[in-house]
Amino acid sequence: MSIRERMSGNEAVATALRQIDPDVFAMFPITPSTEIPQYFAQYVADGRVETEFICVESEHSSLSACIGAEAAGCRAVTATSSAGLSFMNEVLYVAASLRLPVVLAVSCRALTGPININHDYSDSMAERDSGFIQLYAENNQEVYDNLLMAHRIAEHSSVRLPLMICQDGFITSHAIENIELEEDEEVKKFVGEYHPENYLLKKENPLAVGPYGISAYYMEARVAQAEAMKRAKQVILEVAEDFRKTFGREYGFFECYRMEDADVALVIMGSSAGTAKVAADALREEGIRAGVVKIRAFRPFPGPELCEVLKNCKAAAVMDKSEGFSACGGPLFAETSGALINAESRPKLIDVVYGLGGRDFTVESASEVFKRLCGIAKGAEIGPVYSHLGVRSL
Amino acid sequence: MGRLTEVRWHGRGGQGAKTASQLLADAAFMAGKYVQSFPEYGPERSGAPITAYNRISDERCLIHSNIYEPDFVAVVDETLIFSVDVTAGLKKDGAVIINSAKKPEELREALRGYEGRVATIDARAVSMEFLGRYFPNTPMLAALVEVSRIVERERFLSDMKESYGHKFAKKPQVVEGNLKCLRAAMDRVCYEK
Repeated sequence: MSIRERMSGNEAVATALRQIDPDVFAMFPITPSTEIPQYFAQYVADGRVETEFICVESEHSSLSACIGAEAAGCRAVTATSSAGLSFMNEVLYVAASLRLPVVLAVSCRALTGPININHDYSDSMAERDSGFIQLYAENNQEVYDNLLMAHRIAEHSSVRLPLMICQDGFITSHAIENIELEEDEEVKKFVGEYHPENYLLKKENPLAVGPYGISAYYMEARVAQAEAMKRAKQVILEVAEDFRKTFGREYGFFECYRMEDADVALVIMGSSAGTAKVAADALREEGIRAGVVKIRAFRPFPGPELCEVLKNCKAAAVMDKSEGFSACGGPLFAETSGALINAESRPKLIDVVYGLGGRDFTVESASEVFKRLCGIAKGAEIGPVYSHLGVRSL
Repeated sequence: MGRLTEVRWHGRGGQGAKTASQLLADAAFMAGKYVQSFPEYGPERSGAPITAYNRISDERCLIHSNIYEPDFVAVVDETLIFSVDVTAGLKKDGAVIINSAKKPEELREALRGYEGRVATIDARAVSMEFLGRYFPNTPMLAALVEVSRIVERERFLSDMKESYGHKFAKKPQVVEGNLKCLRAAMDRVCYEK
C-alpha cells in the first residue's frame, strides 16, 4: 500500500536510499544536492540504516570510495551537483569501464561561469560520454521511482554499468510536492540484495581491478562496454515492467504526452516537461494538435523508438537545457537529429536552448515554441535551426 | 486541472518565508490537497529580499515555473513594500496580507495602485503574546489561511493541532500556545474599512 506523503526531491532521494540501505554512501556536499547526505546522516545517526557513511574531502574521493567499495563487492552510492560532478569526471570513466554499478544521484546545476547555483543540465550533459546510464525525472515521484529501479538496472548481469539519476536542482530538489512512497519492506523486496558474481577479494576467484589495457585489448574492452550500454535498453524496460506490476506506475525510455495525433511536439527533459504538457493542453483547446515527448533515458539514448513516435509529427523542437557550444545545437538536439537522420518519415526539427542557469521556463515560453512550430508545420521558413529562448538582446 | 490557488511569499533571508510556504503546503496537504512549495534561490544573504511560492490544487500540479499572477501575496516583512513590487501580477480578486501593526489603509499608498483587498496582521504582537518570542511564520500562516480560505478554518485548526502534537511530541506544553497563536491571528486579521 502506497503512503501519501509530501517532501522535496532531495528528501525523496534520501528516503529511497534509506529504504535501499546500501552498503556504502561516500559523501561530499555541494548545493543543491547537499540535503541528500544531510538527511541520510540523520538516518545513520538514528540507526535506521546499516550503511557505512564515509565523509571524504572531495567529489573525486567520494566516487573513488564508491569505486573501491563496489570493487570489493558492495553496493555503493553517492550524490553531487555541478562542479562536484565535473570534479568526478576522471573517476566516472573509471567506474564505468571497470563495470562497477555505482548509483549516483545528481541534482543538476549549471556549471561556471558566470558562477551560478541554479538549474540546467550543463553538469550531467558534460558527462554524457562517461559510460554512466542516465535517467532523468520530472518531479520528486519520478526521481524516487527511478532510484528504486536504479540498482536493478545497473547491477543486472547483462549490464554492470554505473547509473546516474538526474533531477532538476532546486526546481524539484527543493520543491515540496505530494509523493506516493512505498513501504520499506516492499522496496527492499523490489530492489533485492546485491550479490556480484565476482569481486576483488573473492577467494575462489580473486580479481585484478583496473589493469593497463594495451592497444591489443583496449578497443575490445570499450566495445564490450558499448554492448553493455545497448543491452541496458532491454533491462530498463524489463525493470520498468516489473515496477509497474509491483507499484503501478509506468515508465519507459520516454513519456509520450498527447502524441497519438500530434502535428507539433516538444522533445524535452525534466521538470519543464510538466510545464510543456500544460501548454499543450491549452493549445489543444485552440485546435492545435500539440504533444510532448519527455526523455527519461538519455543514456542509453532511445533513437529508433524516438523516430517511431515522431514519424507522423510535422514539426518538432528539441529543448536543450544546456549549451554545448557546438555552434549548431545542444546535446539533446545532436542525439535527436542523429537518430532521425535516416528515417523516411520525420518532422522538421529545430533546437531551442532554454532555461540556462535557472532562467524560468513558463507555460507561455512553451506556447511560444509550439506556435513557432505551427508556422513551420504549415510550410513557413524554418528560420534559425538553433536558437536561444527568452534572451535579452546583447 | 482542478481549482488552482497560487501564493507568493515575500520575506527577508533568515525570516522564514520559505518555512512559511512549507507550513502552508503542510496545512493544505493535511486537508487532502496537492501542493507545491518552493523557494526562489539567488545569492542569498541574511536580510536580502527572498521569494517563496505555493501552488495548491485538487490535482497534481504539473507546472514547474515561478508564479507571476498569484491569487494571494503574503509579505512577512512590511519594509519590503517600499523596495519590492509585492503586488506585481497579483489578481484583483485576490488579496495581499502584510505583517504590520498598521491598518491596511495606511499601507495602500505604498502598494503601487493595487486595486484588490489589503489585509494586515500584527504577527509580532500575536507571536509575543502567545509564544513569548517573535516567530512571524505561525501568525502569517494563520492569517493567510483566514484570508484565502485555502483550508476551511476549523479543519485547519484541528489538522494543525494534530501536526503540532507530532512535531512537539517531546514538548507538549508548547502545543497549546501555538494553537492559541493560530486562532488569535485568524481573529485579528485587519481588513480595510
